[in-house]
Amino acid sequence: MNEMSTTEITDKKKRYQAGVLKYAQMGYWDGDYEPKDTDLLALFRITPQDGVDPIEAAAAVAGESSTATWTVVWTDRLTACDQYRAKAYKVEPVPGQQGQYFCYVAYDLILFEEGSIANLTASIIGNVFSFKPLLAARLEDMRLPVAYCKTFKGPPTGIVVERERLDKFGRPLLGATTKPKLGLSGKNYGRVVYEGLKGGLDFMKDDENINSQPFMHWRDRFLYVMEAVNLATAQTGEVKGHYLNITAGTMEEMYRRAEFAKSLGSVIVMVDLIIGYTAIQSISEWCRQNDMILHLHRAGHGTYTRQKNHGISFRVIAKWMRLAGVDHIHAGTAVGKLEGDPMTVQGFYNVCRETHNAVDLSRGLFFDQDWGDIRKVMPVASGGIHAGQMHQLLDLFGDDVVLQFGGGTIGHPMGIQAGATANRVALEAMVKARNEGVDIANEGPEVLRRAAKWCKPLEAALDVWGNITFNYSSTDTSDFVPTASVS
Amino acid sequence: MRITQGCFSFLPDLTDDEISAQVEYCLARDWAIGVEYTDEPHPRNTFWEMWGNPMFDLKDAKGVMMELEDCRKANPDSYIRMNAFDNTRGLETVTMSFIVHRPAVEPRIIMRRTEVDGRSIRYTHEVAR
Repeated sequence: MNEMSTTEITDKKKRYQAGVLKYAQMGYWDGDYEPKDTDLLALFRITPQDGVDPIEAAAAVAGESSTATWTVVWTDRLTACDQYRAKAYKVEPVPGQQGQYFCYVAYDLILFEEGSIANLTASIIGNVFSFKPLLAARLEDMRLPVAYCKTFKGPPTGIVVERERLDKFGRPLLGATTKPKLGLSGKNYGRVVYEGLKGGLDFMKDDENINSQPFMHWRDRFLYVMEAVNLATAQTGEVKGHYLNITAGTMEEMYRRAEFAKSLGSVIVMVDLIIGYTAIQSISEWCRQNDMILHLHRAGHGTYTRQKNHGISFRVIAKWMRLAGVDHIHAGTAVGKLEGDPMTVQGFYNVCRETHNAVDLSRGLFFDQDWGDIRKVMPVASGGIHAGQMHQLLDLFGDDVVLQFGGGTIGHPMGIQAGATANRVALEAMVKARNEGVDIANEGPEVLRRAAKWCKPLEAALDVWGNITFNYSSTDTSDFVPTASVS
Repeated sequence: MRITQGCFSFLPDLTDDEISAQVEYCLARDWAIGVEYTDEPHPRNTFWEMWGNPMFDLKDAKGVMMELEDCRKANPDSYIRMNAFDNTRGLETVTMSFIVHRPAVEPRIIMRRTEVDGRSIRYTHEVAR
């Protein structure tokens, strides 16, 4: 490593002479920098092109995500530019990954507008991921200082208030996505919702791509669904809900759908991640004004979160969404049909639910994160899970989670109500056993079999799905422990 | 109609030994147990009557079970539930709630539809005995 090229040029005349300097020479690398409590910190995994020095690459990341352009500009000298420069302050090789480096960058708080995920992301992921000297880059984690967190309102409802509104405590919530996700008429769709809720689920859900297609206009869906929700409430004495997906082409249309959902008495509405950060913050504001729980489906995230060498880790998206203000977020199942290593997924859950995240490298948490009392987000486990995995799900995720069994409810051989009942009985039996001190991780299957002796629907569910597993290795795993696999 | 509020309503009614085991789970976590009862299990009836304050300093499940027994004797035809309160910062709410007594005949909940604004309907629920 050339000592000169990684040292900031302090002689002002030389520093601001027209021409091109290395980013490190311009002051974007400072190996002695001690991050301030108010700095935003970002951890990037970078893969420099052959021959590119990792420190210079890290400095380039810091530069391109803050003040730098490719050449020296004298106008820097009109500003307190030393403080506006982000500083790469640590670079270390990724364990076991040839050519990859973890690079830590500190950003002064002044660089960011208060309460704007759009502004944050325009800086942090604006330019750097296309930067030629890097073969690949991935934003692994961020530390968001309390001073910055406090500029966001966060979840409009949060776990605590959601439970109080629903009057449901001491167990995970249960949901199911209405299937088939496309093609049902409003009336048929409402039928599925009614059966699931009456059978024992707390929530039913629109899928990410149910909006207002030719087979089912959105108003029709909302009307039939709310009939189903209220009828199921009358049949059970419980508060029930259905995530009405209000995702649409414009904010105006989303507000229109949200208002209609509210007028019909829905407790919850839903949007997809693909509507964008600003739209999410706007609808969150609406939900706050209208006592509405906001469910976020993370549609699209797999395009940039799954591969370890390039993109953004989902833990960062989860942090942004907690600030932006959603009440539910799909955060993985670990045992279902979709990508997710158990420890890594637990890391996402901790980001959503803890008041303070301690550093936990085995779960992918690189920074201490104090959330400054911002509300907690309810994680949602959805995708290819079934009653036979109840002990694993409860053991992995605890009580504050929505477990969603779509196919595992609607595909039940005795019907949708029976499918819902099987899931609810499995859940309650498992919670009761855990509280009594049973080691559910190991004895869970026995707990399920005992409950199945008096609950036919559960027996049938275990007969059909008891042996179904999705045993593929995950791509997004921790670099610091061997990956445990859960069948 | 079986009201399915609370976290164990889909299981057979808990025996006193089973209730006591759940109480011990709560007390081991420093949660305070409150016994509450009502004749009106409306889904949005949040405030059931308190059978005394939550038992903050109690460490023995036996004490809770005695309160439950007294409440049952005084209100045999009501619903009774156990609520556990957790005062940890950032939580500070009920953390567990389950029904421990039901009336011999449970009421029905009636849904009433009021047609408004074209095809829209306003729904209300009522407990009917």
